[in-house]
Amino acid sequence: MTASMFGIWAIKAAILIVILLTGFAYATYYERKAIARIQVRIGPNRAGPKGLLQPVADGVKLIFKEEFIPARADKVLFTLAPILTVIPAFLLGAVVPWGGEVPFFGGTARLYLADINVATLYVMAVGSLAVYGIVLAGWSSNNKYSLLGGLRSAAQMISYELAMGLALVGPILIAGSMSLVKIVEAQKSVWFIVYQPLAFIVFLMAAFAEVNRPPFDLPEAEQELTGGYHTEYSGMRFALFFMAEYIKVVVMSAIIAALFLGGYYGPGVETYPWLGPVYMFLKILVMVFFAIWTRATLPRFRYDRLMAFGWKVLFPLALLNVFLTAIGIVLLGG
Amino acid sequence: MSIDLLVLLVLALIAIGAALGMLFSRNVVYALLFLVLVMLTLAVLYLILGAPFLALAQVTVYAGAIMVLFLFAVMVLGTHSLDELGGPIGWQRPWAFFLTAVFLIEVVYAFAARVGKLGLLSCAEAGFGSPAAIGKLLFNQYLLPFEVTSVLLLAATIGAVVLTKDVLSE
Repeated sequence: MTASMFGIWAIKAAILIVILLTGFAYATYYERKAIARIQVRIGPNRAGPKGLLQPVADGVKLIFKEEFIPARADKVLFTLAPILTVIPAFLLGAVVPWGGEVPFFGGTARLYLADINVATLYVMAVGSLAVYGIVLAGWSSNNKYSLLGGLRSAAQMISYELAMGLALVGPILIAGSMSLVKIVEAQKSVWFIVYQPLAFIVFLMAAFAEVNRPPFDLPEAEQELTGGYHTEYSGMRFALFFMAEYIKVVVMSAIIAALFLGGYYGPGVETYPWLGPVYMFLKILVMVFFAIWTRATLPRFRYDRLMAFGWKVLFPLALLNVFLTAIGIVLLGG
Repeated sequence: MSIDLLVLLVLALIAIGAALGMLFSRNVVYALLFLVLVMLTLAVLYLILGAPFLALAQVTVYAGAIMVLFLFAVMVLGTHSLDELGGPIGWQRPWAFFLTAVFLIEVVYAFAARVGKLGLLSCAEAGFGSPAAIGKLLFNQYLLPFEVTSVLLLAATIGAVVLTKDVLSE
Protein backbone atom coordinates (compact mmCIF):
# COMPACT_ATOMS: atom_id res chain seq x y z
CA MET A 1 0.00 0.00 0.00
CA THR A 2 1.89 3.02 -1.26
CA ALA A 3 1.24 6.71 -1.65
CA SER A 4 0.76 6.38 -5.42
CA MET A 5 -1.96 3.78 -4.85
CA PHE A 6 -3.80 6.21 -2.58
CA GLY A 7 -3.32 8.90 -5.21
CA ILE A 8 -4.89 6.73 -7.90
CA TRP A 9 -7.78 5.82 -5.60
CA ALA A 10 -8.36 9.46 -4.73
CA ILE A 11 -8.39 10.47 -8.40
CA LYS A 12 -10.72 7.61 -9.34
CA ALA A 13 -13.04 8.44 -6.44
CA ALA A 14 -13.12 12.12 -7.42
CA ILE A 15 -13.93 11.24 -11.04
CA LEU A 16 -16.64 8.83 -9.88
CA ILE A 17 -18.24 11.49 -7.66
CA VAL A 18 -18.24 14.01 -10.53
CA ILE A 19 -19.79 11.41 -12.85
CA LEU A 20 -22.45 10.48 -10.29
CA LEU A 21 -23.30 14.14 -9.61
CA THR A 22 -23.64 14.84 -13.34
CA GLY A 23 -25.65 11.63 -13.61
CA PHE A 24 -27.94 12.91 -10.84
CA ALA A 25 -28.47 16.27 -12.52
CA TYR A 26 -29.21 14.81 -15.92
CA ALA A 27 -31.25 11.89 -14.57
CA THR A 28 -33.73 14.52 -13.33
CA TYR A 29 -33.73 16.15 -16.77
CA TYR A 30 -34.07 12.75 -18.46
CA GLU A 31 -36.96 11.83 -16.20
CA ARG A 32 -38.81 15.11 -16.75
CA LYS A 33 -38.34 14.95 -20.52
CA ALA A 34 -39.31 11.28 -20.83
CA ILE A 35 -42.36 11.62 -18.58
CA ALA A 36 -43.43 14.69 -20.52
CA ARG A 37 -43.22 12.72 -23.77
CA ILE A 38 -45.22 9.85 -22.30
CA GLN A 39 -47.88 12.30 -21.09
CA VAL A 40 -47.89 14.19 -24.44
CA ARG A 41 -46.24 17.32 -23.04
CA ILE A 42 -42.96 19.00 -24.00
CA GLY A 43 -41.16 19.13 -20.66
CA PRO A 44 -38.45 21.62 -19.65
CA ASN A 45 -37.48 23.66 -22.72
CA ARG A 46 -36.64 27.19 -21.52
CA ALA A 47 -33.20 27.09 -19.85
CA GLY A 48 -30.64 26.61 -22.61
CA PRO A 49 -31.08 24.71 -25.87
CA LYS A 50 -33.82 22.06 -25.47
CA GLY A 51 -33.87 22.89 -21.76
CA LEU A 52 -30.47 21.28 -21.23
CA LEU A 53 -29.48 23.84 -18.59
CA GLN A 54 -32.60 23.15 -16.52
CA PRO A 55 -30.71 21.03 -13.89
CA VAL A 56 -28.26 23.93 -13.41
CA ALA A 57 -31.12 26.38 -12.95
CA ASP A 58 -32.79 24.03 -10.45
CA GLY A 59 -29.53 23.62 -8.55
CA VAL A 60 -28.95 27.37 -8.29
CA LYS A 61 -32.54 27.89 -7.14
CA LEU A 62 -32.23 25.25 -4.42
CA ILE A 63 -28.90 26.63 -3.17
CA PHE A 64 -30.35 30.12 -2.72
CA LYS A 65 -33.56 28.96 -1.09
CA GLU A 66 -34.06 29.45 2.63
CA GLU A 67 -33.33 26.34 4.67
CA PHE A 68 -36.02 26.19 7.26
CA ILE A 69 -35.85 24.09 10.42
CA PRO A 70 -39.16 23.59 12.26
CA ALA A 71 -39.16 25.02 15.79
CA ARG A 72 -39.62 21.75 17.68
CA ALA A 73 -37.53 19.58 15.35
CA ASP A 74 -34.46 17.75 16.60
CA LYS A 75 -31.89 20.10 15.04
CA VAL A 76 -28.89 17.73 15.08
CA LEU A 77 -30.65 14.79 13.47
CA PHE A 78 -32.63 17.07 11.16
CA THR A 79 -29.33 18.31 9.70
CA LEU A 80 -27.67 14.90 9.77
CA ALA A 81 -30.49 12.96 8.07
CA PRO A 82 -30.04 14.21 4.46
CA ILE A 83 -26.29 13.62 4.73
CA LEU A 84 -26.83 10.08 6.02
CA THR A 85 -29.14 9.48 3.07
CA VAL A 86 -26.79 10.71 0.39
CA ILE A 87 -23.51 9.12 1.56
CA PRO A 88 -24.57 5.45 1.05
CA ALA A 89 -25.75 6.36 -2.46
CA PHE A 90 -22.22 7.49 -3.36
CA LEU A 91 -20.61 4.56 -1.53
CA LEU A 92 -22.59 2.10 -3.64
CA GLY A 93 -20.85 3.37 -6.77
CA ALA A 94 -17.46 2.21 -5.50
CA VAL A 95 -17.89 -1.48 -6.31
CA VAL A 96 -19.59 -1.14 -9.69
CA PRO A 97 -17.39 -2.22 -12.61
CA TRP A 98 -17.96 0.60 -15.11
CA GLY A 99 -15.56 -0.99 -17.59
CA GLY A 100 -12.76 -3.52 -17.87
CA GLU A 101 -9.02 -2.88 -18.20
CA VAL A 102 -8.42 -0.12 -20.73
CA PRO A 103 -5.21 1.25 -22.25
CA PHE A 104 -4.51 4.63 -20.71
CA PHE A 105 -1.48 6.81 -21.63
CA GLY A 106 0.71 3.80 -22.39
CA GLY A 107 -0.29 1.84 -19.28
CA THR A 108 -3.54 0.16 -18.37
CA ALA A 109 -6.26 1.44 -16.07
CA ARG A 110 -9.10 -0.44 -14.44
CA LEU A 111 -12.42 1.35 -14.70
CA TYR A 112 -13.66 0.50 -11.24
CA LEU A 113 -12.76 1.80 -7.84
CA ALA A 114 -12.61 -1.44 -5.88
CA ASP A 115 -12.80 -5.12 -6.77
CA ILE A 116 -13.60 -6.66 -3.39
CA ASN A 117 -14.42 -10.34 -3.04
CA VAL A 118 -17.65 -9.55 -1.16
CA ALA A 119 -18.96 -6.80 -3.44
CA THR A 120 -22.51 -8.16 -3.61
CA LEU A 121 -22.71 -8.28 0.17
CA TYR A 122 -21.31 -4.75 0.22
CA VAL A 123 -24.20 -3.64 -1.99
CA MET A 124 -26.65 -5.15 0.52
CA ALA A 125 -24.85 -3.67 3.53
CA VAL A 126 -24.51 -0.14 2.21
CA GLY A 127 -27.96 -0.18 0.64
CA SER A 128 -29.50 -1.15 3.96
CA LEU A 129 -27.78 1.74 5.75
CA ALA A 130 -29.49 4.29 3.52
CA VAL A 131 -32.79 3.80 5.32
CA TYR A 132 -31.45 5.48 8.48
CA GLY A 133 -31.36 8.84 6.77
CA ILE A 134 -34.99 8.58 5.72
CA VAL A 135 -36.25 7.22 9.06
CA LEU A 136 -34.36 9.88 11.02
CA ALA A 137 -35.58 12.61 8.68
CA GLY A 138 -39.11 11.46 9.40
CA TRP A 139 -38.58 11.33 13.16
CA SER A 140 -36.56 14.51 13.64
CA SER A 141 -39.04 16.67 11.70
CA ASN A 142 -41.53 16.29 14.57
CA ASN A 143 -44.36 16.07 12.08
CA LYS A 144 -46.81 13.18 11.98
CA TYR A 145 -46.76 12.88 8.20
CA SER A 146 -42.98 12.77 8.19
CA LEU A 147 -42.96 10.17 10.95
CA LEU A 148 -45.39 7.97 9.02
CA GLY A 149 -43.18 8.27 5.94
CA GLY A 150 -40.13 7.24 7.95
CA LEU A 151 -41.97 4.29 9.50
CA ARG A 152 -43.13 3.09 6.10
CA SER A 153 -39.62 3.34 4.80
CA ALA A 154 -38.22 1.17 7.62
CA ALA A 155 -40.90 -1.49 7.20
CA GLN A 156 -40.58 -1.50 3.42
CA MET A 157 -36.80 -1.75 3.52
CA ILE A 158 -36.84 -4.72 5.86
CA SER A 159 -39.41 -6.57 3.77
CA TYR A 160 -37.69 -6.06 0.44
CA GLU A 161 -34.09 -6.49 1.50
CA LEU A 162 -34.59 -10.24 2.07
CA ALA A 163 -35.90 -10.85 -1.43
CA MET A 164 -33.13 -8.68 -2.86
CA GLY A 165 -30.39 -10.57 -1.03
CA LEU A 166 -31.81 -13.92 -2.08
CA ALA A 167 -32.11 -12.78 -5.71
CA LEU A 168 -28.40 -11.98 -5.61
CA VAL A 169 -27.62 -15.61 -4.72
CA GLY A 170 -28.48 -16.87 -8.23
CA PRO A 171 -25.79 -14.90 -10.14
CA ILE A 172 -23.32 -15.54 -7.28
CA LEU A 173 -23.88 -19.31 -7.55
CA ILE A 174 -23.44 -19.35 -11.32
CA ALA A 175 -20.37 -17.10 -11.35
CA GLY A 176 -18.89 -18.83 -8.30
CA SER A 177 -17.85 -15.51 -6.81
CA MET A 178 -19.32 -12.62 -4.82
CA SER A 179 -17.18 -10.07 -6.65
CA LEU A 180 -19.12 -7.94 -9.15
CA VAL A 181 -16.09 -7.86 -11.44
CA LYS A 182 -15.95 -11.67 -11.51
CA ILE A 183 -19.72 -11.86 -12.04
CA VAL A 184 -19.42 -9.56 -15.07
CA GLU A 185 -16.50 -11.57 -16.43
CA ALA A 186 -18.57 -14.76 -16.13
CA GLN A 187 -21.11 -13.22 -18.54
CA LYS A 188 -18.70 -12.90 -21.44
CA SER A 189 -20.72 -15.27 -23.63
CA VAL A 190 -24.22 -15.42 -22.11
CA TRP A 191 -25.92 -12.75 -20.01
CA PHE A 192 -27.22 -13.97 -16.66
CA ILE A 193 -30.71 -12.72 -17.46
CA VAL A 194 -30.96 -15.84 -19.67
CA TYR A 195 -30.12 -18.23 -16.83
CA GLN A 196 -31.75 -16.16 -14.09
CA PRO A 197 -34.94 -14.52 -15.42
CA LEU A 198 -36.72 -15.00 -12.09
CA ALA A 199 -33.87 -13.51 -10.06
CA PHE A 200 -33.75 -10.58 -12.50
CA ILE A 201 -37.43 -9.77 -12.02
CA VAL A 202 -37.28 -10.16 -8.23
CA PHE A 203 -34.12 -8.07 -7.96
CA LEU A 204 -35.56 -5.39 -10.22
CA MET A 205 -38.70 -5.00 -8.09
CA ALA A 206 -36.79 -5.15 -4.82
CA ALA A 207 -34.36 -2.53 -6.14
CA PHE A 208 -37.28 -0.23 -7.00
CA ALA A 209 -38.58 -0.66 -3.45
CA GLU A 210 -35.14 -0.08 -1.96
CA VAL A 211 -34.71 3.15 -3.92
CA ASN A 212 -38.30 4.27 -3.12
CA ARG A 213 -39.19 4.63 -6.75
CA PRO A 214 -42.80 4.47 -7.89
CA PRO A 215 -44.82 2.26 -7.66
CA PHE A 216 -43.11 1.65 -4.30
CA ASP A 217 -42.68 5.30 -3.25
CA LEU A 218 -44.92 4.88 -0.21
CA PRO A 219 -42.60 6.84 2.14
CA GLU A 220 -43.25 10.03 0.18
CA ALA A 221 -46.79 9.39 -1.07
CA GLU A 222 -48.00 12.94 -1.80
CA GLN A 223 -51.71 12.31 -1.59
CA GLU A 224 -51.61 10.73 1.87
CA LEU A 225 -48.49 12.12 3.51
CA THR A 226 -47.98 15.56 1.85
CA GLY A 227 -44.43 14.59 0.94
CA GLY A 228 -43.67 12.01 3.62
CA TYR A 229 -40.27 12.12 5.27
CA HIS A 230 -39.16 15.27 3.42
CA THR A 231 -42.28 17.35 4.12
CA GLU A 232 -40.39 19.77 6.38
CA TYR A 233 -37.26 20.04 4.26
CA SER A 234 -36.33 22.87 1.91
CA GLY A 235 -33.36 24.19 -0.01
CA MET A 236 -30.21 22.10 -0.34
CA ARG A 237 -31.26 19.67 2.40
CA PHE A 238 -34.32 18.84 0.33
CA ALA A 239 -32.14 18.53 -2.76
CA LEU A 240 -29.87 16.04 -0.97
CA PHE A 241 -32.77 13.59 -0.60
CA PHE A 242 -33.39 13.78 -4.31
CA MET A 243 -29.69 13.55 -5.04
CA ALA A 244 -29.65 10.31 -3.06
CA GLU A 245 -32.71 8.98 -4.87
CA TYR A 246 -31.47 9.70 -8.39
CA ILE A 247 -27.90 8.57 -7.72
CA LYS A 248 -29.31 5.34 -6.34
CA VAL A 249 -31.45 4.93 -9.46
CA VAL A 250 -28.33 5.33 -11.59
CA VAL A 251 -26.14 3.07 -9.45
CA MET A 252 -28.83 0.42 -9.04
CA SER A 253 -29.26 0.42 -12.83
CA ALA A 254 -25.52 -0.10 -13.12
CA ILE A 255 -25.62 -2.93 -10.59
CA ILE A 256 -28.52 -4.61 -12.40
CA ALA A 257 -26.60 -4.23 -15.67
CA ALA A 258 -23.52 -5.80 -14.06
CA LEU A 259 -25.45 -8.66 -12.45
CA PHE A 260 -27.81 -9.65 -15.23
CA LEU A 261 -27.13 -7.74 -18.45
CA GLY A 262 -23.50 -8.60 -19.07
CA GLY A 263 -22.04 -5.44 -17.51
CA TYR A 264 -19.60 -3.74 -19.84
CA TYR A 265 -19.55 -6.61 -22.35
CA GLY A 266 -20.87 -6.11 -25.86
CA PRO A 267 -19.74 -6.72 -29.43
CA GLY A 268 -16.18 -5.53 -30.02
CA VAL A 269 -15.18 -4.93 -26.40
CA GLU A 270 -12.22 -7.32 -26.57
CA THR A 271 -10.56 -5.39 -29.37
CA TYR A 272 -11.60 -1.89 -28.23
CA PRO A 273 -11.74 -1.92 -24.39
CA TRP A 274 -12.93 1.69 -24.32
CA LEU A 275 -16.25 0.47 -25.75
CA GLY A 276 -16.90 -1.13 -22.32
CA PRO A 277 -17.97 2.05 -20.49
CA VAL A 278 -20.00 3.04 -23.56
CA TYR A 279 -21.98 -0.21 -23.41
CA MET A 280 -22.34 0.23 -19.66
CA PHE A 281 -23.69 3.75 -20.22
CA LEU A 282 -26.20 2.50 -22.80
CA LYS A 283 -27.40 -0.28 -20.48
CA ILE A 284 -27.76 2.18 -17.59
CA LEU A 285 -29.70 4.50 -19.90
CA VAL A 286 -32.11 1.68 -20.76
CA MET A 287 -32.58 0.68 -17.09
CA VAL A 288 -33.14 4.30 -16.01
CA PHE A 289 -35.67 4.69 -18.80
CA PHE A 290 -37.41 1.58 -17.49
CA ALA A 291 -37.64 3.20 -14.05
CA ILE A 292 -39.11 6.38 -15.58
CA TRP A 293 -41.52 4.41 -17.74
CA THR A 294 -42.79 2.49 -14.69
CA ARG A 295 -43.33 5.73 -12.81
CA ALA A 296 -45.37 7.15 -15.68
CA THR A 297 -47.41 3.96 -16.07
CA LEU A 298 -48.13 2.29 -12.75
CA PRO A 299 -50.15 3.73 -9.87
CA ARG A 300 -48.78 3.53 -6.34
CA PHE A 301 -49.35 0.34 -4.31
CA ARG A 302 -51.56 0.42 -1.26
CA TYR A 303 -49.41 0.08 1.83
CA ASP A 304 -50.63 -3.30 3.11
CA ARG A 305 -50.48 -4.75 -0.42
CA LEU A 306 -46.91 -3.56 -0.71
CA MET A 307 -45.95 -5.46 2.43
CA ALA A 308 -47.95 -8.53 1.38
CA PHE A 309 -46.31 -8.43 -2.05
CA GLY A 310 -42.85 -8.36 -0.51
CA TRP A 311 -43.42 -11.17 1.96
CA LYS A 312 -45.81 -13.46 0.09
CA VAL A 313 -44.72 -13.09 -3.52
CA LEU A 314 -41.18 -11.79 -3.89
CA PHE A 315 -39.66 -13.59 -0.91
CA PRO A 316 -40.94 -17.10 -1.79
CA LEU A 317 -40.07 -16.53 -5.46
CA ALA A 318 -36.52 -15.57 -4.54
CA LEU A 319 -36.23 -18.65 -2.29
CA LEU A 320 -37.54 -20.85 -5.11
CA ASN A 321 -34.99 -19.33 -7.45
CA VAL A 322 -32.13 -20.12 -5.06
CA PHE A 323 -33.40 -23.69 -4.78
CA LEU A 324 -33.75 -24.19 -8.54
CA THR A 325 -30.38 -22.60 -9.29
CA ALA A 326 -28.65 -24.80 -6.73
CA ILE A 327 -30.26 -27.95 -8.16
CA GLY A 328 -29.38 -26.88 -11.70
CA ILE A 329 -25.76 -26.30 -10.78
CA VAL A 330 -25.49 -29.66 -9.00
CA LEU A 331 -27.09 -31.49 -11.95
CA LEU A 332 -25.22 -29.71 -14.72
CA GLY A 333 -21.96 -29.50 -12.83
CA GLY A 334 -21.83 -25.69 -12.65
CA MET B 1 3.90 2.89 17.02
CA SER B 2 2.76 1.29 13.78
CA ILE B 3 -0.13 2.63 11.73
CA ASP B 4 -2.19 -0.51 12.38
CA LEU B 5 -1.97 -0.01 16.11
CA LEU B 6 -2.89 3.65 15.77
CA VAL B 7 -5.96 2.81 13.67
CA LEU B 8 -6.92 0.12 16.16
CA LEU B 9 -6.65 2.55 19.08
CA VAL B 10 -8.71 5.22 17.33
CA LEU B 11 -11.39 2.66 16.44
CA ALA B 12 -11.42 1.28 19.97
CA LEU B 13 -11.83 4.78 21.36
CA ILE B 14 -14.75 5.45 18.99
CA ALA B 15 -16.38 2.14 19.89
CA ILE B 16 -16.02 2.70 23.65
CA GLY B 17 -17.11 6.31 23.34
CA ALA B 18 -20.19 5.32 21.35
CA ALA B 19 -21.01 2.54 23.83
CA LEU B 20 -20.80 5.02 26.71
CA GLY B 21 -22.89 7.46 24.71
CA MET B 22 -25.52 4.75 24.31
CA LEU B 23 -25.57 4.05 28.04
CA PHE B 24 -25.80 7.67 29.15
CA SER B 25 -28.03 9.05 26.43
CA ARG B 26 -31.39 10.21 27.79
CA ASN B 27 -33.06 10.04 24.40
CA VAL B 28 -33.77 6.55 23.15
CA VAL B 29 -33.28 7.44 19.46
CA TYR B 30 -29.82 8.82 20.18
CA ALA B 31 -29.00 5.73 22.27
CA LEU B 32 -30.00 3.60 19.32
CA LEU B 33 -27.83 5.58 16.91
CA PHE B 34 -24.87 5.23 19.25
CA LEU B 35 -25.44 1.48 19.23
CA VAL B 36 -25.43 1.53 15.41
CA LEU B 37 -22.13 3.38 15.57
CA VAL B 38 -20.71 0.66 17.85
CA MET B 39 -21.80 -2.00 15.35
CA LEU B 40 -20.23 -0.12 12.44
CA THR B 41 -16.96 0.35 14.33
CA LEU B 42 -16.87 -3.38 15.08
CA ALA B 43 -17.40 -4.03 11.36
CA VAL B 44 -14.36 -1.88 10.55
CA LEU B 45 -12.38 -3.84 13.16
CA TYR B 46 -13.30 -7.08 11.37
CA LEU B 47 -12.12 -5.48 8.12
CA ILE B 48 -8.75 -4.63 9.64
CA LEU B 49 -8.44 -8.20 10.91
CA GLY B 50 -8.81 -9.41 7.31
CA ALA B 51 -12.38 -10.70 7.49
CA PRO B 52 -14.36 -8.66 4.95
CA PHE B 53 -17.21 -11.16 4.78
CA LEU B 54 -17.81 -10.98 8.53
CA ALA B 55 -17.50 -7.20 8.44
CA LEU B 56 -20.17 -6.75 5.78
CA ALA B 57 -22.40 -9.43 7.31
CA GLN B 58 -22.15 -7.48 10.57
CA VAL B 59 -23.25 -4.28 8.82
CA THR B 60 -26.06 -5.96 6.87
CA VAL B 61 -27.50 -7.98 9.73
CA TYR B 62 -26.96 -5.81 12.80
CA ALA B 63 -26.78 -2.24 11.55
CA GLY B 64 -28.96 -2.79 8.48
CA ALA B 65 -31.73 -5.09 9.67
CA ILE B 66 -31.90 -5.57 13.44
CA MET B 67 -31.29 -1.96 14.42
CA VAL B 68 -33.73 -0.73 11.77
CA LEU B 69 -36.31 -3.01 13.37
CA PHE B 70 -35.43 -1.53 16.78
CA LEU B 71 -35.80 1.97 15.38
CA PHE B 72 -39.16 0.99 13.92
CA ALA B 73 -40.35 -0.34 17.29
CA VAL B 74 -39.08 2.76 19.12
CA MET B 75 -40.91 5.06 16.73
CA VAL B 76 -44.16 3.12 16.93
CA LEU B 77 -44.06 3.09 20.73
CA GLY B 78 -43.09 6.75 20.95
CA THR B 79 -39.77 8.27 21.89
CA HIS B 80 -40.31 9.63 25.37
CA SER B 81 -37.18 10.22 27.39
CA LEU B 82 -36.69 8.32 30.66
CA ASP B 83 -37.46 11.39 32.76
CA GLU B 84 -40.93 11.75 31.23
CA LEU B 85 -41.72 8.16 32.14
CA GLY B 86 -40.80 8.66 35.79
CA GLY B 87 -37.20 7.46 35.86
CA PRO B 88 -35.80 3.94 35.86
CA ILE B 89 -37.58 1.02 37.50
CA GLY B 90 -36.63 0.63 41.18
CA TRP B 91 -35.44 -2.98 41.30
CA GLN B 92 -33.25 -2.63 38.21
CA ARG B 93 -30.40 -0.79 39.85
CA PRO B 94 -29.33 -3.38 42.50
CA TRP B 95 -29.63 -6.17 39.94
CA ALA B 96 -27.51 -4.23 37.48
CA PHE B 97 -24.76 -3.80 40.08
CA PHE B 98 -24.96 -7.46 41.12
CA LEU B 99 -24.83 -8.86 37.57
CA THR B 100 -22.02 -6.51 36.54
CA ALA B 101 -20.03 -7.66 39.59
CA VAL B 102 -20.57 -11.32 38.64
CA PHE B 103 -19.47 -10.58 35.09
CA LEU B 104 -16.34 -8.74 36.23
CA ILE B 105 -15.38 -11.60 38.57
CA GLU B 106 -15.78 -14.01 35.66
CA VAL B 107 -13.58 -11.85 33.43
CA VAL B 108 -10.87 -11.59 36.09
CA TYR B 109 -11.03 -15.35 36.71
CA ALA B 110 -10.82 -16.17 32.99
CA PHE B 111 -7.91 -13.81 32.57
CA ALA B 112 -6.04 -15.09 35.64
CA ALA B 113 -6.59 -18.74 34.75
CA ARG B 114 -5.25 -18.39 31.25
CA VAL B 115 -2.54 -15.82 31.52
CA GLY B 116 0.79 -17.28 30.42
CA LYS B 117 -0.87 -20.20 28.66
CA LEU B 118 -1.93 -18.43 25.51
CA GLY B 119 1.44 -17.28 24.29
CA LEU B 120 1.62 -14.92 21.37
CA LEU B 121 -1.24 -15.05 18.94
CA SER B 122 -0.08 -16.12 15.51
CA CYS B 123 -1.24 -14.23 12.44
CA ALA B 124 -4.24 -15.68 10.64
CA GLU B 125 -3.33 -17.26 7.33
CA ALA B 126 -4.19 -15.35 4.17
CA GLY B 127 -7.73 -15.79 2.91
CA PHE B 128 -9.00 -17.07 6.23
CA GLY B 129 -11.93 -14.65 6.28
CA SER B 130 -12.88 -15.04 2.61
CA PRO B 131 -16.41 -16.17 1.71
CA ALA B 132 -15.06 -19.50 0.44
CA ALA B 133 -13.15 -20.22 3.67
CA ILE B 134 -16.15 -19.33 5.83
CA GLY B 135 -18.39 -21.50 3.66
CA LYS B 136 -16.05 -24.45 4.09
CA LEU B 137 -15.95 -23.96 7.86
CA LEU B 138 -19.74 -23.71 8.08
CA PHE B 139 -20.42 -26.78 5.94
CA ASN B 140 -17.72 -29.04 7.39
CA GLN B 141 -16.63 -28.26 10.92
CA TYR B 142 -19.80 -26.47 12.08
CA LEU B 143 -22.34 -28.36 9.98
CA LEU B 144 -24.62 -29.40 12.86
CA PRO B 145 -24.97 -25.96 14.50
CA PHE B 146 -25.39 -24.46 11.04
CA GLU B 147 -28.22 -26.84 10.14
CA VAL B 148 -29.91 -26.42 13.52
CA THR B 149 -29.82 -22.64 13.07
CA SER B 150 -31.22 -22.91 9.56
CA VAL B 151 -34.14 -25.05 10.75
CA LEU B 152 -34.84 -22.51 13.49
CA LEU B 153 -34.76 -19.64 11.00
CA LEU B 154 -36.97 -21.56 8.58
CA ALA B 155 -39.53 -22.11 11.34
CA ALA B 156 -39.42 -18.40 12.17
CA THR B 157 -39.87 -17.46 8.50
CA ILE B 158 -42.86 -19.75 8.06
CA GLY B 159 -44.26 -18.41 11.32
CA ALA B 160 -43.97 -14.85 10.06
CA VAL B 161 -45.75 -15.67 6.79
CA VAL B 162 -48.53 -17.53 8.65
CA LEU B 163 -48.99 -14.61 11.04
CA THR B 164 -49.47 -12.11 8.20
CA LYS B 165 -52.03 -14.45 6.61
CA ASP B 166 -54.12 -14.62 9.79
CA VAL B 167 -54.17 -10.87 10.25
CA LEU B 168 -55.35 -10.29 6.71
CA SER B 169 -58.08 -12.94 6.64
CA GLU B 170 -59.88 -11.65 9.74
